[in-house]
Amino acid sequence: MQFKSDKIIALLILLPSLVLIGIFVYGFIGQTVYVSLTDWGQGAALAKNPEINLIGFKNYGDLFSGFLNSRFRQDLVNAVFYTLFLVSGALGIGLILAILLDRGPKGESVFRTIFLYPMSLSFIVTGTIWRWLLAPRGGINRLPTMAGLPAIGFRWLNSRQSILNFNWQNLPQITAIVVGMVFFYIAFRQWRSGSKRKGLLSLAPTGILFLWALWGARFTPAILPTPEQHGFNLATIGIIITAIWQYSGYTMALYLAGLRGISEDLREAARLDGANQFQYYLNVAIPILKPMTMSAIIILAHISLKMFALIFAMTGPDNAATSHPAVLMYLTTFRANNFAKGAAIAVVLFVMVAVFIVPYLVSAYRERRV
Amino acid sequence: MLNRKTIILVVISILVVGLLGTSLSVAAASHEDELSGELEIFSWWAGNEGPALQALIDLYEEMHPNVEVINATVTGGSGVNAKAVLKTRMLGGNPPDSFQVHAGQELIGTWVTAERMEDLTSLYKEQGWMDAFPDELIDLISTEEGIWSVPITIHRSNVMWYVPDNLDKWGVEVPSNWDEFLEIAPKLEDKGVTPLALGTNWTVNHLWESVALDVLGPDKWEALWEGELAFDSEEGIAVWEKLDKILEYVNDDYSSLSWQQATDLVVEGDAAFNVMGDWAAGYMSTVLELEPKEEFGWAPSPGTDGVFMLLSDSFGLPKGAPNRENTMAFLKLLGSKEGSDTFNPLKGSISPRLDSDLSKYNVYSQSAAEDFSSDRLVGSLAHGAVANEGFMNSFADVMEIFLNSRNPEKAATAAQAIAKQNGIQ
Repeated sequence: MQFKSDKIIALLILLPSLVLIGIFVYGFIGQTVYVSLTDWGQGAALAKNPEINLIGFKNYGDLFSGFLNSRFRQDLVNAVFYTLFLVSGALGIGLILAILLDRGPKGESVFRTIFLYPMSLSFIVTGTIWRWLLAPRGGINRLPTMAGLPAIGFRWLNSRQSILNFNWQNLPQITAIVVGMVFFYIAFRQWRSGSKRKGLLSLAPTGILFLWALWGARFTPAILPTPEQHGFNLATIGIIITAIWQYSGYTMALYLAGLRGISEDLREAARLDGANQFQYYLNVAIPILKPMTMSAIIILAHISLKMFALIFAMTGPDNAATSHPAVLMYLTTFRANNFAKGAAIAVVLFVMVAVFIVPYLVSAYRERRV
Repeated sequence: MLNRKTIILVVISILVVGLLGTSLSVAAASHEDELSGELEIFSWWAGNEGPALQALIDLYEEMHPNVEVINATVTGGSGVNAKAVLKTRMLGGNPPDSFQVHAGQELIGTWVTAERMEDLTSLYKEQGWMDAFPDELIDLISTEEGIWSVPITIHRSNVMWYVPDNLDKWGVEVPSNWDEFLEIAPKLEDKGVTPLALGTNWTVNHLWESVALDVLGPDKWEALWEGELAFDSEEGIAVWEKLDKILEYVNDDYSSLSWQQATDLVVEGDAAFNVMGDWAAGYMSTVLELEPKEEFGWAPSPGTDGVFMLLSDSFGLPKGAPNRENTMAFLKLLGSKEGSDTFNPLKGSISPRLDSDLSKYNVYSQSAAEDFSSDRLVGSLAHGAVANEGFMNSFADVMEIFLNSRNPEKAATAAQAIAKQNGIQ
């Protein structure tokens, strides 16, 4: 009896937030998905009762294979590179800083504050400062002239060069090969852990995917009528540097807390076993820090998908070379009045965030269960 | 006893008369200005343009002291953020009393087709504005169903800026068309001078429309927007080809410069010419404190003499505006000679009225006003007059395709495709 009324009270207390989250988070996600399946944005899009028709997945099809949406595809490629470089850069630099501070240098708390400070700034502030620093005729480019050297000519935010180019028409094959490699890795692990039959079974999709990518793809229609090159735009380097500057202090704090949490006994034990400092960090500390790394990756990855403010402050709305799907979503929705396509871009971003967040939540939930 | 009664009666009657009197005088005062409540004006005028708007608001408050004016400004380059806020407010059923919108398709294509605006034809007739504004301008803000806003500013898009002394020094004349420019450009480069200063992405769109006006001429320019001339026709491709040649002679770091920095290149003698709207005159005379005609000169952009490519800010009356009467009074002030001549000299634009008091304006504006009243008027693309917002947004992408590929046919095809998509062709 007591138990039951407890449950009822708990439910009553939770109910308001459940309802609010239900409406304002999940309801609106549903609304966005619905809008993305319509044609809202044709003609009188801003009328009181605009004419809205369901058109299925046409907006998504347009985004990924329409002649006029090449900017979206480049933005998507940019987003992947932003994520890749922000996560690896901030993790690497954060770890190095944490290890240096872990050695207990003089004035440690001062350094800690200095390194952590950029995180407390908003993206708009950092963006504005770094835009000045990276201006083509000033800031960093003029630094060498102080030592009598020629100025740097690199366009940190405006370069039109790009490297690692690939043809968007080949994207299905590239995806197939990547997924195939994942299956191959799974098969390899199953093989090693002893279940050889399961391993062989997992090898089958690898083979099918590889076969299709290397031979079968030429029989399926191309996703684009003409070849279209996309790659890593060098103009994004300026923005990546800024983002890493802002967030490596944060990973440093995470790692430093982790390093301080490792018991002295372990360090002593490692030292008795003859490990030098380098070996201690590489073989003892870093594996112990794995949960920190995991949560840092999750947080940085989803920040990199919300870089709107930083890019908007540094290069403005129309600098396509550094653009990001979030910027394009804003322009498509509010400048071009194409609400449906804007919603479709939002859903693509949402799915990308979910790819990072959901596995993390699931594993965190499982760990708590156990 | 009786005496006392009479006294009381007298006192009462005095009180009654007195009360009546005061209430009558209140009625008289409020008859003078029956407007009260609030007036919310939505714009993106801040910074340099803030004082001009404030002067207009001061004038309004003087005329209607009981109205509280709320100046709802959302800042950000050419209104991109203001427009986003405005759209969410309109969709949410919370319109401001009046909002800034570029005359032309930015008004018609976005708000009038959505049936969000009230027809102002009767106001135009009542105020005698049909003759006060040029017909081409009224056409820009009208459909067959009505007239939808009141213009307050005029800017010219097709202007080329230079420093007269520098041109003498380098021995070049102001080119009268782009072919002449292409002839003198190599000479300038030999002298180590950038022939044409250019700024960030949208200034390339701005240059495109000036080049197009030279290559096509005003009739075909208008045909383009009426769907009678295709973007991928021979003439349409010729515009991109000309632009391609011109871009050989611009500063190579253009995409990282603001329009002011591009103007600076001309002022500092690093570049010979710059094509920019006439807000550049305000920048050079007010911010850089240069003497018009002496220290900086201007001409219509090459090949567009006799044509005035205009853009205009206007204000309308949205349906469901909370304080309709106050807004009508505001619109009357905007369209009046007094309102227009208060605002424009401070902003550095010219008045859309043909009878403005030119003595209040600076040297550049006087010459622009003269051209405005005599030239052929056409609308600007880069500033919202001739094409709807869908096209304008996608045109930025087309320009990006062109700048990356430098392929005129490809750009023209893409322009035609977005014109189709946005209902122009």
